[in-house]
Amino acid sequence: MPGRSLVEKIWDQHVIARLSEDTDLLSIDRHLLHDLGGSRGLLDLKSRGLKVHNPELTFATPDHALSTAPGRAGTSKIGQELLAALRTETAASGITLFDVDQPGQGIVHVIGPELGLSLPGATIVCGDSHTCTHGGLGALAFGIGSSELTHVLATQALIQKRPKTLRARFEGKLPLGVTAKDMILALIGHIGAAGGTGYAVEYAGSAIRALPIEGRLTICNLSIELGAKIGMVAPDETTFEFLRGRPYAPQGEMWDLAVKAWRELPSDPDAVFDREVVIDVEKIIPQVTWGISPEHVVGVDGVIPDPKTVDDPARRAAIETALEYMGLQGGAPIAGTPVDWVFIGSCTNSRLSDLRAAAEVVRGRKVAAGVRAWVVPGSENVKREAVAEGLDKIFIDAGFEWREPGCSMCLAANGEVVAPGQRSVSTSNRNFVGRQGPRARTHLASPASAAASAIAGAIADVRMMGRQ
Amino acid sequence: MPKPFDKLTATAAPIMRANIDTDVIIRIERLVGNSIRGTLGKWAFGSLRYLADGSENPDFILNREPYREAEILVTGPNFGCGSSREGAVWSLQERGIRAIIGSGFGDIFFANCFQNGILPVLVDKAVVDQLAADIEATQGAGKVSIDLEAQTIVSPSGARHSFEIDPRRREGLLKGLDEVALTLQRDDEIHAFQASDRTTRPWIHFQKTAASRTPVSRTSA
Repeated sequence: MPGRSLVEKIWDQHVIARLSEDTDLLSIDRHLLHDLGGSRGLLDLKSRGLKVHNPELTFATPDHALSTAPGRAGTSKIGQELLAALRTETAASGITLFDVDQPGQGIVHVIGPELGLSLPGATIVCGDSHTCTHGGLGALAFGIGSSELTHVLATQALIQKRPKTLRARFEGKLPLGVTAKDMILALIGHIGAAGGTGYAVEYAGSAIRALPIEGRLTICNLSIELGAKIGMVAPDETTFEFLRGRPYAPQGEMWDLAVKAWRELPSDPDAVFDREVVIDVEKIIPQVTWGISPEHVVGVDGVIPDPKTVDDPARRAAIETALEYMGLQGGAPIAGTPVDWVFIGSCTNSRLSDLRAAAEVVRGRKVAAGVRAWVVPGSENVKREAVAEGLDKIFIDAGFEWREPGCSMCLAANGEVVAPGQRSVSTSNRNFVGRQGPRARTHLASPASAAASAIAGAIADVRMMGRQ
Repeated sequence: MPKPFDKLTATAAPIMRANIDTDVIIRIERLVGNSIRGTLGKWAFGSLRYLADGSENPDFILNREPYREAEILVTGPNFGCGSSREGAVWSLQERGIRAIIGSGFGDIFFANCFQNGILPVLVDKAVVDQLAADIEATQGAGKVSIDLEAQTIVSPSGARHSFEIDPRRREGLLKGLDEVALTLQRDDEIHAFQASDRTTRPWIHFQKTAASRTPVSRTSA
């Protein structure tokens, strides 16, 4: 019998009952709620006359519908109602809430790792597709819809079909100016936005092992943009060092016991994967998207695809549709495209290391005239640490707006939008039609690339800025 | 609880663009609030259905007769990718859609369909292309039939295709089963699992207490 992979080991450990050949009732270790769907699920449960099965394994924070303006001014009436309902319903159910302005509040996928709620070998779910982010710590984490959310509240379990396995090996030494965000965008460009559908992805290889945890979280965050609802990295010493001492991580003897178990989790050397992809990271250059799917991506020194040179009619039509929406010319270089907005934030790239990388590029420089640039830290703790380091001052001096933590302009659920027809370079995860606001045009890039673009006033190659 | 699904013969609309994400199916601002159910039908495919001035886009297929009455969508690859928002399924359902035939679906969207009694049918791209061509040849007048019990689709041309579906999900749709109620029948097994897991992985489990509202910093050090 072949060895087992990381995902198979964690999966097997959580099977309460086998329901069919490939479907199991899985035990859930952590359930994270946010303001958009949290109170709705709790109210749904109440209307069925049911109680939360394990409130002590359920944690909530507002992030999606909250204004990120100073003082939270600008939270809509409906956003305020959702926050009030989240407070009432979590209190009534005995669920811990990390509330506005308190340490612990923030984007749900930033606070889980930061507080040590997300642990290797744990099953983690949340009503949000970017729950795959927590896989960066070796957790089996995935997004669920509203019905499944209610199911987890009621039972602390979920009916799930066993996924196929894909191993993506990133090998080599990452070139200067190239980041985790560029690695994962390059993979999406390589295998496409549906390349991971039906799979749990394990990211492996020397370049993954060399990445700090925050980079691994960024990689796993974009798994869903490959079509994979699960993405993970095997836990190692870097993982343990990151988690040690975090408030919800085990302490003392319990810590030793946990680490001993976590060391057993990595895929066995003879584990068999349904698909394997190898990426040579030394060939990756900073990536930027040009279209309306994360698979529409090129190196920043590349050109926008020209539909006239594409034979396949479906692909040609897809490129034409994307270029029309984005207001771009096929065949033109992507660098130098003028931008109106720069957004640094989101569950992809709003952690301290992301803000440091952007600040390094920005320091002593000015945002180009006509560009509006925002930094939205991922959590209250990230914000406080960034302020303690003086990063806020670097951004403000350069002409950025420094905001309160939340999802903000990544999905524009709180009125924070890019105006119709305007062009944004964003460190978030989706360049979908209307994602940052109706008819907004989004180019995804790393924090360093976004910072460089804010300074240049156009899509820019950070490697030409003299600082990485 | 989902409505049961067994057979359907209806107008079908081909929407063949690849990678139609759930943001395109329903914009996020339509989903902010706890009383949104029943309001979403007119916002399904909003960015494709309406022009910038709010008027209907005459070129969009669901704005044209007879597709306006479509209960089946025939879709391009990777339909429903992206966000986990179940509102995408609710908006299609409120728009009258009961089944979606495609060559690939976003994993979370696919699961959300079953939770609401909508049948997503996964078939080869060649079958999707033929269905779309047959529908267009009749300008939408030819209906598509789906029989979940028999696992078959009949195209307007009379061509019959079989499809595969997970037997558990098929049964759930045919009977309109409520998964929460089914799982709660196994609550003893859930409790037994948790009791045993408290011994093997004690660090996962916390004491059941009233909600702690104590703020916590990034590290306890």
